[in-house]
Amino acid sequence: MIDKTPNNKAWLFVLPMAMLVAFSAIVPLMTVVNYSVQDILGPNVRVYVGFEWFRKVLRDPELHAAFLRQLLFSFSVLLIELPLGLGVSLLMPRRGWAVSATLVVLALPLLIPWNVVGTIWQIFGRTDIGMGGAALTGLGVDYNYTLDRVDAWLTVLVMDVWHWTPLVALLCYSGLRAIPPAYYQAAAIDGASAWSVFRYIQLPKLKNVLVIAVLLRFMDSFMIYTEPFVVTGGGPGNSTTFLSQFLTRLAVGQFDLGPAAAFSLIYFVFILFFCYVFYTVVNRIGQG
Amino acid sequence: MALVLESVGKKLGGEVHLHPLDLTLQPGTMNVLLGHTGAGKTSLLRVLAGLDRPTSGKLLRDGKDVTRATARERSVAMVYQQFINYPSLTVRANIASPLRKRSAAEIAGRVRELAQQLRIEELLDRLPGQLSGGQQQRVAIARALAKGADLLLLDEPLVNLDYKLREELRDELRLLFGAAGASAQAASRAAGHAATVVYATTDPAEALSLGGTTVVLHQGRVLQHAPALQVYHRPASLEAARVGSDPPLNVFAGRVRDGAIELGESLGGAARVPLAGHPHLARLPEGEYQLGLRASDCRLRPQAASDLPVRVQVELREITGSESFVYVRAADTASQLIVHQDGIADCQLDEALTIHLDPRRLLVFAKDGGALVSSYHEGP
Amino acid sequence: MAELVLQGVSHSYELARGASAVARKKPPAFALRELDLRWRDGGAYALLGPSGCGKSTLLGILSGLLRPTSGQVLFDGKDVTELSSRERNVAQVFQFPVVYDTMTVRDNLAFPLRNRGLSSQHIAQRVRDVADALELGPALDKRATRLTADEKQILALGRGLVREDVAAILFDEPLTVIDPHRKWMLRRKLKEIHRQFRHTLIYVTHDQTEALTFADEVVVMSTGAVLQRGTPEELFLRPAHTYVGTFIGSPGMNLLPCQLVTRDAQVWAKVGGHELGLGDGVRAALAQRAGESPRLELGIRPEHVTLEPGDGAAGVPLEVTAIEDHGRFRIVVGKLGGEAVEGGPLVVKARLPGGEPAAAAVGQTVRVRFAADRVCLYEQGHLVAAAPLPAPPPPSLAAASDAAEASP
Repeated sequence: MIDKTPNNKAWLFVLPMAMLVAFSAIVPLMTVVNYSVQDILGPNVRVYVGFEWFRKVLRDPELHAAFLRQLLFSFSVLLIELPLGLGVSLLMPRRGWAVSATLVVLALPLLIPWNVVGTIWQIFGRTDIGMGGAALTGLGVDYNYTLDRVDAWLTVLVMDVWHWTPLVALLCYSGLRAIPPAYYQAAAIDGASAWSVFRYIQLPKLKNVLVIAVLLRFMDSFMIYTEPFVVTGGGPGNSTTFLSQFLTRLAVGQFDLGPAAAFSLIYFVFILFFCYVFYTVVNRIGQG
Repeated sequence: MALVLESVGKKLGGEVHLHPLDLTLQPGTMNVLLGHTGAGKTSLLRVLAGLDRPTSGKLLRDGKDVTRATARERSVAMVYQQFINYPSLTVRANIASPLRKRSAAEIAGRVRELAQQLRIEELLDRLPGQLSGGQQQRVAIARALAKGADLLLLDEPLVNLDYKLREELRDELRLLFGAAGASAQAASRAAGHAATVVYATTDPAEALSLGGTTVVLHQGRVLQHAPALQVYHRPASLEAARVGSDPPLNVFAGRVRDGAIELGESLGGAARVPLAGHPHLARLPEGEYQLGLRASDCRLRPQAASDLPVRVQVELREITGSESFVYVRAADTASQLIVHQDGIADCQLDEALTIHLDPRRLLVFAKDGGALVSSYHEGP
Repeated sequence: MAELVLQGVSHSYELARGASAVARKKPPAFALRELDLRWRDGGAYALLGPSGCGKSTLLGILSGLLRPTSGQVLFDGKDVTELSSRERNVAQVFQFPVVYDTMTVRDNLAFPLRNRGLSSQHIAQRVRDVADALELGPALDKRATRLTADEKQILALGRGLVREDVAAILFDEPLTVIDPHRKWMLRRKLKEIHRQFRHTLIYVTHDQTEALTFADEVVVMSTGAVLQRGTPEELFLRPAHTYVGTFIGSPGMNLLPCQLVTRDAQVWAKVGGHELGLGDGVRAALAQRAGESPRLELGIRPEHVTLEPGDGAAGVPLEVTAIEDHGRFRIVVGKLGGEAVEGGPLVVKARLPGGEPAAAAVGQTVRVRFAADRVCLYEQGHLVAAAPLPAPPPPSLAAASDAAEASP
């Protein structure tokens, strides 16, 4: 509501956070803006180049490839994790000791540091000592994520699914628990099938939770860095080089600060744009 | 603390919740906001509490503008429909929570006193979760009273309670704040805190039972602000009479001509009420009117010679043991009436019979706008 | 449509959860103690009681959402105890309106039929019929979320009515979220629907007005047991238990400790030192009583306490402590004068007609009379004597009374 009674004291509560955000986000962001419009030729030699870096970055075919890769990856993540997470949540027990047990098991992947997740999968996928890789080889599948582009890509995808599907499942589970029992009773009396219950009761009531899940998973996967960096380092070739890795390579590897800064800003705008689109689309679906 | 609202209005996203309204709440009074769901009761309470700022107008407290003051600065306490207490605190700590800057003995004494008033002394060491709904609401009310605020707001506090508990707590609230509680209020006024109580409800019976003054709200407008019984006997308009009637008011059209009210068109036959002999009807100018008559003023048996007999057909009969509600339709018309009488109504479904309307209790409203033209009750 | 019978039904949630007999130290708590009930086909019934009295448990057992710990549920003589809600063909309307938000009103109504695989032509016809009966016709293509609370509740009812094979419709406090002035409309609607379709209706509520106005017969429950079953008139005039007496009526029945004394070869009730006359009906019932305990409670409805006019010595003195004016009637609360009684003064409430100037004022002592024929006597909470119900006027007389009334 816009017209609450104003209380200027409230600013005192916001102030520390505002300062923190200023130092942690706005100041660096301004630095980035600053870099994105200059070329640094030497320690004290800077030239204003206008939108040159933006133009250059946007025309870079490598960026185009990384962007497409990223889109494919993020959409694959959403397409797999949302239905899977929803499915898992529907199968979860509703009462008894099994509830806590399931919750703990599901939460485990979420508690592991991201670089450790990467390391686990790097080892798990190895054909010599990794359980997964060795098993696949034993089954006669020609699998090697360090050499084969598709294998590497799939490994990163499966890893992400393993890591983050539990989050979607937990969100959906909490949403399901919030549905009053009367709805299920009414459905039972109306003779509704399990599918009808899902379609007409559970799904509509989960709408808000699903919006949040989509946004979280999209943003996170669009910015994925640590895990593929640990497992594949972006390779083989550029097959698992997603946007953030491309950016790091540009900024840290090649030290092209100008283009890197320009790209950072474009990246930022992208994410904002996609989140906005998802938010409106999902909301509109709900309202029909 | 007199609280004055000057053309206070409230809009939200193009939707009008409250049309600009003027209202004066006297210190130490019981004020019941009576209206249907969506009439603006909660909006008004929130503005009074300082939780929302009105979109127009101002609030004056003892002549001082407090429109922009926050809830914290206003000395208000509020009780909600839901039973809201601190779940991890005992009843004792819950009641004591608004009491600060006082000695431990003083706090303990005040808590005991309030617990006694609300009859929850035995529950002081329990947690809210262990109490029944009625007991939880008593704790919430005790906590609100403990604050000693100038303004106590109650938003349909009994609506989530079982019928019998509701009746019981309503009786006690009446003793605490209502007209009958005037002595208790006088005592607290002497002690320096006579709270102005504002109580929102949808139930006319509750407004009558609590007494005090009633503010009739409808579609964001104040229709009437008067003592509870006056709202019942002299409703300011047809709409106010409808809001304040349970069972619903019987309404029919009539025309004054040749010294009588002709009701033939709405009640069938040649039904007419002579103006002479009814002081409140005698001076009615000729013209068309809307007439209201409470269900309890329609009877199955005649009571006075002046009663107006109307041929009807019984559509439905509800009997509670102590009283009966008979839904009838006037013969050859579309007018539906409700007859409310004590005891068991001896009639059958679809039976054709004569009911008797008491013209001495007719409420006369203008045809357009429905403003009250004449009531059987003289008023103040 | 069916006759519903419960035989020796009881329910314990602990046992239903399967708490092992060994781990249990106390005997299990029963939400519903063993009871037998029979509901006739096509009747309108109510289950009345406070929260936690077991009425919702009973409803769950009827609808098939709960399996009773013991006993059988019979629909038209067929044992349905083990059948699911779906197989039982019962419909239920819940406390808050349960509608399928994403569907239109039409789809909501059609839903139970589509689930049973009926032809679309038949479904369309049924939906139209029910929508007409409930006056939902104009709203058929609206989305269910756009309806008001009472419209949603009507829609929920419609989903029950739309099935022709429905054995009974169960209502679980369906008017809780409805405004008082809408309740009148909705209740009327329910009654009309009942007259039209003649389903067996069972209505659960804590609200006496709703129960009494809705039902032909009311079952009053408390702490998992049935206290009384009867018509509204019986519950009002002859409460079988003091609990029923206080639960029904607003305010509830006055209960006063009393002793029976014999004077002039007649039995009198002695309350607070006053000897009160008893009606012939009450005396006749007392004469047949087996027990001989002289310690009783006298119950009298506030509606049956009247003011004695004038300053005469008739009636008993009552010191008025409060008067509530409800417009149509007044409640006069007072302390009964006379001998001191242990446990404080005896409080009596009287419900007097309103309107005319009040015949009593706070602080004043008035004299009141208890209607001798409406006195009920209780021993340890249970009714021992009351006058029989007044005989209902024969239908022919009721029709003829009209003519007789013309000359008052």
